[in-house]
Amino acid sequence: MKEQTFALWVYLSRTPLLWLTVTLIAYLAADLVSAATNRHPLANPVLHAIWFIGAVLVATATPYATYFEGAQFVHFLLGPAIVALAIPLYEHRGTVARAAVPMLAALIVGSVVATASAILIAKAFGAPHAVLIALAPKSVTAGVAMGITEALGGDPALTAVLVILTGIIGAIVVTPLMNLIGVRDFRARGFAAGLASHGIGTARAFQVNELAGIFAGIAMGLNALLTAILVPFALALLAR
Amino acid sequence: MIFALTLILICQLAGEVVVRGSGLPVPGPVLGMVLLLGILWLRDRLRAAVAAAWGGGALEATGKGLLAHLSLLFVPAGVGIIQRLDVFAASGVALAASLVFSTIAALLATVLTFILTARWFGAEGAEP
Repeated sequence: MKEQTFALWVYLSRTPLLWLTVTLIAYLAADLVSAATNRHPLANPVLHAIWFIGAVLVATATPYATYFEGAQFVHFLLGPAIVALAIPLYEHRGTVARAAVPMLAALIVGSVVATASAILIAKAFGAPHAVLIALAPKSVTAGVAMGITEALGGDPALTAVLVILTGIIGAIVVTPLMNLIGVRDFRARGFAAGLASHGIGTARAFQVNELAGIFAGIAMGLNALLTAILVPFALALLAR
Repeated sequence: MIFALTLILICQLAGEVVVRGSGLPVPGPVLGMVLLLGILWLRDRLRAAVAAAWGGGALEATGKGLLAHLSLLFVPAGVGIIQRLDVFAASGVALAASLVFSTIAALLATVLTFILTARWFGAEGAEP
């Protein structure tokens, strides 16, 4: 009996089916909790799904590569989701066009602050140069950030993790922070969420308000462009 | 839904092809998004001609379905943290401090610039 169970486990743990299903179950459970707490920032579904799945992988000694064979089907949809941002963007094109000037100004200031402060703070705490390279594009959506790090000879897998952590931190902090400083303009709130914490901030913004979500999506796209240009200069200037 | 998904994937594919071919520092999906915007704009100009193929809001439904669970799509990459636990053991404090304070700084800098510029240029309003 025990041997049979083991054989079943050996079979299942290698199929994409198991880890794809685990990913979906963990996310659905985390999302249920999030909904039950009225979308409380600390009940962030990404955060709780990640630590849960991570714990299962460590406990079962499953390599990440095996897990990813199943989870890649979910991961793949990141690209199409970015393309799909065109749909709400098109529906609100009038509102977006009217905010072109504030968006451009906020993009430049926000992008410089996001990149420079990340490098300077980590350097002050004595992080090695390799970590600084991986850290610099942390506010940009995962696929682009990994490309930036790779081009500079850094560790793209570390960048992916730092990007996701940045997204989770931003998604948790943005609502209380904006309420604290009394900003009620959902265009500005969303734009900040998307710029500082890319797609996870955008997902959070869509939870709060559709207009905020749209502006977050725009900020995510624009910041990906600007940061790709900015990071090599910022590293040369600040990380020596 | 399949039609909508196909259209979205075609846009992404075209975006990737252009990016790889030209070496632009733009992510492929972002270019795909711009392309889909153009298609939506064209669609509304030619609505009568393509109405039959378009299947009443299927594109909107599929796209918004994808966006409704954007969070889910970040889970697989995030689980990758189990591969880099050694880096966090070595530089955890520096990374935690940098991520938290830099994210807060970026949020504040962005939102304040947006609001002040909107005030200057009279682009206020749009609050519900």
